[in-house]
Amino acid sequence: MNLFETIAYYFTFPFVRYAMIAGVFIALSASLLGVTLVLKRFSFIGDGLSHVAFGAMCIASILKFTNNIPFVLLITILTAVLILWGGKKVRIKGDAMIAMISVASLAIGYLLINLFKPNNPNLSADVCSTLFGSTSILTLSVGDVILCGVLSGVVVLVFIFFYHKLFAITFDENFAQATGTKVRLYNLFLAIIIAVIIVLAMNLVGSLLISALIVFPALSAMRVFKTFKSVTVCSAALGVFSAASGILVSIVAGTPVGSTIVVANLLVFFLFMIVGLFAGRGRA
Amino acid sequence: MIELEAQDLGIGYAGKRLVEKLNFTVHSGDYLCILGENGSGKTTLMKTILGLKAPICGSLEFGEGLKASEIGYLPQQADLQRDFPASVEEVVRSGCLGRMKLRPFYSRAEKALADERMKELGITALRRRCYRDLSGGQQQRVLLARAMVATTRMLLLDEPVTGLDPEVTKELYRDIEMLNKDQGITVITISHDVEEALKYATHVLYIGGRLFFGARDEYLRHIGGEAAREPENAAEGGHAE
Repeated sequence: MNLFETIAYYFTFPFVRYAMIAGVFIALSASLLGVTLVLKRFSFIGDGLSHVAFGAMCIASILKFTNNIPFVLLITILTAVLILWGGKKVRIKGDAMIAMISVASLAIGYLLINLFKPNNPNLSADVCSTLFGSTSILTLSVGDVILCGVLSGVVVLVFIFFYHKLFAITFDENFAQATGTKVRLYNLFLAIIIAVIIVLAMNLVGSLLISALIVFPALSAMRVFKTFKSVTVCSAALGVFSAASGILVSIVAGTPVGSTIVVANLLVFFLFMIVGLFAGRGRA
Repeated sequence: MIELEAQDLGIGYAGKRLVEKLNFTVHSGDYLCILGENGSGKTTLMKTILGLKAPICGSLEFGEGLKASEIGYLPQQADLQRDFPASVEEVVRSGCLGRMKLRPFYSRAEKALADERMKELGITALRRRCYRDLSGGQQQRVLLARAMVATTRMLLLDEPVTGLDPEVTKELYRDIEMLNKDQGITVITISHDVEEALKYATHVLYIGGRLFFGARDEYLRHIGGEAAREPENAAEGGHAE
């Protein structure tokens, strides 16, 4: 079988098509929000929250919920709100607090799952796939894939609806607040959306690699483009391109989906960095 | 018509009190210049007026139902990220957002207003340029255009001429004066530049060591008198009433 036949063969399976669609949607929503997060200096929040989601996932699997996602989503949203919304009043600086919450969740999650599931022969495989995503596209579950597609579609619509507001609170939060924009409300909103994206992306790339989906496309786009609109559009396009090509490669080469997508993002970043330098616009 | 009234207002941040017993009144159409040494609390006062900081004590009230969405604000450049990818047009139009409530996109009228302000400030040619690539003076004009788009009643400017060359400074003051005189917009500005500010201001608020609030002419007599007298006596001048 040649390359195209292999891909065509895999695409005859419905769940592979679903995975492709969900992957593209997740990457799209992550890369859109990524622009705001990177510019608000919140890149690390994605990372921190993904570790929280890991901890929540461990607890959910101990409690033997039939569907883990609602529980994980709830915990992650609450943490996101705590960090983004209440963070200003707390004495510990934002980045230190995120580091603290993130390692604590990782540790507690792993500890609990070891304490309560000592006889599980698949323990390390379970943990590994939560951390790094499914080992192959074939192991993504159909239900999760559909849920991901739907929720990230909602995120994209919400982003488009609040695009200008997000620009305003990202560019100059004080001005936005002073002139009547409900900044706190939008920050809360942002926190919830980030949490949703993180939980969605966990299935695809695993909790350790989620940040890549969020920060890489935005950073790549910012090497070359100079307006908020063009950076946003380019970031979305790069996110989708990297996810799609990563998924295709992982189908053909049988590599883990998540890490393949992240490497695709990394390659795109280097390409754009070079283009940026070449065009004399880079800020390296 | 009273637009803003401070009574025994105390301001500060992180539990630290910077200024106490501030009393002043701003009427519609006034041009108030806030003077004072570095670190005396001018910017903190402005942020308190804008609702970005809560007053420590006393009261600060808006008259006639002045809403945040009727205020325009020019922050200090240092407060902004300089490496943000945003075009001039995007920045100027964002001045409208406070009024838009939940409506997601700009109306034709709002885009036209942004165009008009850019034209008034002579930055129309820069509209597609990236904000971070502009000179300090050009950036300042972009932010002023945004503040002008945002305001329908009151304009607050935090050191509007910092980093500008004398020529541009003069033009900027003229722009602000035009808004104040022709469009009747109340202006509150923080300045280091005493002489220039006194040329345009109708009222002066001095904070720092000794407080003063009054019309410009009173302030001129006040500082004239202060120079001639002992500092202790001058303190009785015309204070913070």
